[in-house]
Amino acid sequence: MKKYLLSLFTHSVPAGFPSPADDYLDRSLDLNTYLIKHPAATYLARAKGDSMEGCGIFDGDLLIVDRSIEAQHGQIIIAAIDGQLTCKILDKNKQCLTSANEHFTPIRISEFSDLVIEGVVIHSVRHHVLP
Amino acid sequence: MFCLVDCNSFYASCEQVFRPDLRNKPVVVLSNNDCFIVARSAQAKAMGIGDLQTMFDIKSWMQQQNVTIFSSNYALYGDLSARVMNTLRLFSSRIEIYSIDEMFLYLEEISSPQNSPTQISESMNDYGKHIKKTIFQHTAMPVSVGIAPTKTLAKLANRAAKIIPKCQGVGVLDTSKKWDWVKKRTPVNKIWGISSRFSARLAELNIYTALELANSDPKMIRRYFNVCVERTIEELNGHACLSLEEIPTPKKQIYCSRSFAQKTKQLPPIQDAISLYVARACEKLRAQQSMSASLQILLYTASYESNYYNSHQVIQLPYPSDDTRLISAIARTAVQHLFKPGVAYIKAGVGLLELSDKKHQQLDMFHPGQSTKTDQLMTVIDKINTHYGRNSIYVAAEGVHKKWAMRQAYRSPSYTSQWNELPEIKC
Repeated sequence: MKKYLLSLFTHSVPAGFPSPADDYLDRSLDLNTYLIKHPAATYLARAKGDSMEGCGIFDGDLLIVDRSIEAQHGQIIIAAIDGQLTCKILDKNKQCLTSANEHFTPIRISEFSDLVIEGVVIHSVRHHVLP
Repeated sequence: MFCLVDCNSFYASCEQVFRPDLRNKPVVVLSNNDCFIVARSAQAKAMGIGDLQTMFDIKSWMQQQNVTIFSSNYALYGDLSARVMNTLRLFSSRIEIYSIDEMFLYLEEISSPQNSPTQISESMNDYGKHIKKTIFQHTAMPVSVGIAPTKTLAKLANRAAKIIPKCQGVGVLDTSKKWDWVKKRTPVNKIWGISSRFSARLAELNIYTALELANSDPKMIRRYFNVCVERTIEELNGHACLSLEEIPTPKKQIYCSRSFAQKTKQLPPIQDAISLYVARACEKLRAQQSMSASLQILLYTASYESNYYNSHQVIQLPYPSDDTRLISAIARTAVQHLFKPGVAYIKAGVGLLELSDKKHQQLDMFHPGQSTKTDQLMTVIDKINTHYGRNSIYVAAEGVHKKWAMRQAYRSPSYTSQWNELPEIKC
């Protein structure tokens, strides 16, 4: 999925001096390389529901999820809870998963619960104009 | 050391990546057109569902038993396969992609010489476990790992890792004692490169197990069989004869053939299907930067019908080409000649033959060959279809309503390749 737009020279050079700006041309910016460090382990997903609005994740937002990094305390993670992919905040101190919405009760992590951490939400994208 | 990484029940495992509710549950994947079962999760195998069993025979039984059924979703499988391969590059820069779900890695010496053989063996086992764990964390794909000094033994190590529960998915065959133990328990037809035809002939020579083959005289075997079997003997004894094929050799022929959703006696839908197959084959042709000089058209009726009738024709192209429009037009005319009224066709296919490297084309004295304009157009078409999804732009000859298209009643979303099919996360 990598794509680079290469700019060679912006000016034709009939004679004389080339544009001094030509020496300073950068590669076009690529959001893929900026946002995604582990492409093989990163997946895109769609948020459904309002339990994470306190973190700025709204219904319909795009989630960028990296499976390869170890989830840290306080990070927004994707967990499979009873077989369903769910977005929560990891609270390692209290050993639970919390929502960013007071109407939802935290879920305790115990060795008996059917709960697997699937990845860390590294970015979320809001569409202010629909693509 | 060679390391073979093999994805467990690959297609079924792909279907479980975005469906954690289906992990550790019976899942089957059907062939093109939902005819046969081509992949089964471990639980589905345990229930006695066989490979290539006909869907029709056991559909209602599977539904009763809560087996989840999927049509094949190659967009998903291709993407996940690439992810597994790219994750493997963390472990070795030398990788051979053997198939969609199997990769060979070349591992440099894992331990320093002052370690004892047991320590080296243990560290290889740990390394194999590390590979397995990393692949699962990054891609949610369960794999088995086999490590051994030759590719053939790595295959055996992988098979042992799958069969013996104690191995936990990682097999290391680094000493002759270990590989003899496995070879004694492996029938010859399970060895890489030994076909069932060969194993029948080996049985005539009283060779039944891998160990018996490994201990036989290579020169005698070569006389009876061929040099490949002789090489297998060397490989079984720990002498590496096969090296990694890191650069895939371009295909010498490209085929695309599929069954229709329902039998048809009409020419136009067959022509449309042929045009689509030509488009697919030409995409592959351009991707490997080849040109084709001739084209084969295939038509099939169902084999159980009384007037079972297959026909095919090879047509020479006017000049080597990768132009979907040119090849599609020629194919449509050819189908018209092959087609017999009143016959119900079930399958059609095209093959691009006589492939050559696009960069080194022999020029024709009487024809300028394919124009640069065509090259540019084909590049643009491929770019649009890669960027906006398959069939964003296509030759009108493929038809707009693809009634003959594959039956895919149980296809999962293309979670990783379509914006409107991304996995949904409960928030």
